[in-house]
Amino acid sequence: MAVKKFVVGSFDDEAVLFPAVKKVRAAGYRIHDVYTPFPVHGLDHALGLRETSLHTAGFIYGITGTTTALSFMSWIFTTDWPLNIGGKPHFPLPAFIPITFELTVLFSAVGMVMTFMYLCQMAPFVKKHIFHPRQTDDLFVMAIELTEKTRAEEVKAFLDSVGAKEINEQTAETGWWLGRWDREDKLFSKPAEPVNA
Amino acid sequence: MHLKYESTLREPLVDGVKDYHQVTEDIIGPIEAKPGKLWYIGLIISISLLLFGAFSVFWEVYFGTGVWNLNKTVGWGWDITNFVWWVGIGHAGTLISAILLLFRQGWRTGVNRAAEAMTIFAVMCAGQFPIWHMGRVWMAFFVLPYPNTRGPLWVNFNSPLLWDVFAISTYFTVSLLFWYSGLLPDFATVRDRAKTKLRKLLYGIAAFGWTGSTKHWQRHESLSLVLAGLSTPLVLSVHTIVSFDFATSVIPGWHTTIFPPYFVAGAIFSGFAMVQTLLIITRKILGLEEYITIGHIDAMNRVIVLTGSIVGVAYLTELFMAWYSGVQYEFDAFYKFRAAGPMGWSYYIMMTCNVVSPQIFWFRKLRRNIMVTFIMSIIVNIGMWFERFVIICSSLYRDYLPSSWSYYRPSWPEVGFYLGTFGLFFTCYFFFAKYFPVIAVAEIKSILKTSGQNFKEKMVKHEEEDLEKFAHDQAHH
Repeated sequence: MAVKKFVVGSFDDEAVLFPAVKKVRAAGYRIHDVYTPFPVHGLDHALGLRETSLHTAGFIYGITGTTTALSFMSWIFTTDWPLNIGGKPHFPLPAFIPITFELTVLFSAVGMVMTFMYLCQMAPFVKKHIFHPRQTDDLFVMAIELTEKTRAEEVKAFLDSVGAKEINEQTAETGWWLGRWDREDKLFSKPAEPVNA
Repeated sequence: MHLKYESTLREPLVDGVKDYHQVTEDIIGPIEAKPGKLWYIGLIISISLLLFGAFSVFWEVYFGTGVWNLNKTVGWGWDITNFVWWVGIGHAGTLISAILLLFRQGWRTGVNRAAEAMTIFAVMCAGQFPIWHMGRVWMAFFVLPYPNTRGPLWVNFNSPLLWDVFAISTYFTVSLLFWYSGLLPDFATVRDRAKTKLRKLLYGIAAFGWTGSTKHWQRHESLSLVLAGLSTPLVLSVHTIVSFDFATSVIPGWHTTIFPPYFVAGAIFSGFAMVQTLLIITRKILGLEEYITIGHIDAMNRVIVLTGSIVGVAYLTELFMAWYSGVQYEFDAFYKFRAAGPMGWSYYIMMTCNVVSPQIFWFRKLRRNIMVTFIMSIIVNIGMWFERFVIICSSLYRDYLPSSWSYYRPSWPEVGFYLGTFGLFFTCYFFFAKYFPVIAVAEIKSILKTSGQNFKEKMVKHEEEDLEKFAHDQAHH
């Protein structure tokens, strides 16, 4: 994807993080992302992210399952091989309900999980840059992207003023790559040119 | 900032003085430590049982289903009994992870991971029985509706046994996806704090590259909620469909309309008993008493006494209807062959274990007693096994033709097969307890500041505050 420069601030309390996010955004800095060890409610709104449409996708997968099951069973029993089972009707709708329901759930669940994996770009052997090893433990890690308008020192001072505990500068690949987590991968030869030089 | 308040009248869900890092240490710590002697002993016993089970199944496949003591009167014996029993056990995991999520029950966070794991292993065990019961098991794929060279001759979509194929396989798949998607963030936690290369490699693969990004969490929350919404009717449908295997037949004792709710209640009943059995041992060995508290055990015992009583009402309704319907065959099936007759003993074991004994849980003291709970959980599991045995065998062994009346007791391959599924179940569970975060770490962290003991204690001073002052201090921030 792209190699970019970041100033990274780590917070140890979500009660400090929220006002910090507000102030950083108000100051006009570009927050690349905030990494948290657990879902912090309201943080997505604080960052100005839109609602996810994943559930809509789930609904569409669900009705696909419904129609697949119903049309497949009806076609088999009425057209492809109308079998006389104890003189019962060829189109026994009530008897189709259980399988129709199961396939609705199956399609919806499998489809949603696949979509989730695709949107979040997750799979075995996928590697991504981890800004702080404790972002999955107890730290709330905010990565601010450096642009031509921002100076690293200034951002660091600002993060310090809003309560970040640990502040540093990092050059990182923003996308994913394939690799093993027990090995350090060298993705770029030298740190990207500081854009604000 | 916002005050995280929950009444101090509610018991804390996490005991002791904890912060986020301590939660990680407590739950991930056992994964990084060497397993104790007990773990090895348990695993060896489980694997031995599994191997014996595999041998019993080999015997059955090699010589045919004739080695089982099924006869032309009792065509379903231990195999289907065990199938229904294992599927039922699985239901508690989904109830805890899905239904209690929808009902916003905070206490589920302490037990949902292990309970869901139990669901998956139990469904794996359950699936073995119908498959190996087929006898010519190499033709097991005939149950799938695939285009074939025999016409194509399709499967019978009218048959509850086929509905079962769809229900169980969907249930297994959806439970696995739900469980694994919840595990991703926790695997990432293990990965990021791993000291050894092997652990980094393996948990790195398992975590799928999870970072904890806010957008990913937002999608993850949405995914969990919808999967919970899907699993809730799914879990009700699974045991409903299992009960259709019986209810849509014309066998007296099976042909009743109360079967679906009665089976679902029984499933949850037995499932919670199994959760208790497993978690009482797990919390002790892994030292997780502060996360799976007496309060959790109490809450689950309440579910046990509720569902046990529902099952009791169902038993009595059956008896009443058998008399009130005026159908002689129904009356005989219940009063002469089930509650009396050569198999009557199993009916009384069922009644005592399922209906009478759980009533002790009306007493708070007994609900909160670990030893009593543990013994009760075993009794309930025995009782629920006998419920399935009673429904299946005591309805079959005396049919419409007295000359074919028979009795049924299992042969060694049937018993071996059952023991083998215990081996499978506990082998999986031992590996799970050692290598997986047994408690959902991220979920515990998300409730810690509202329901953790040390955070709740800070709320005492707010509860003593004047309401006006409290509103003034907290409302406009």
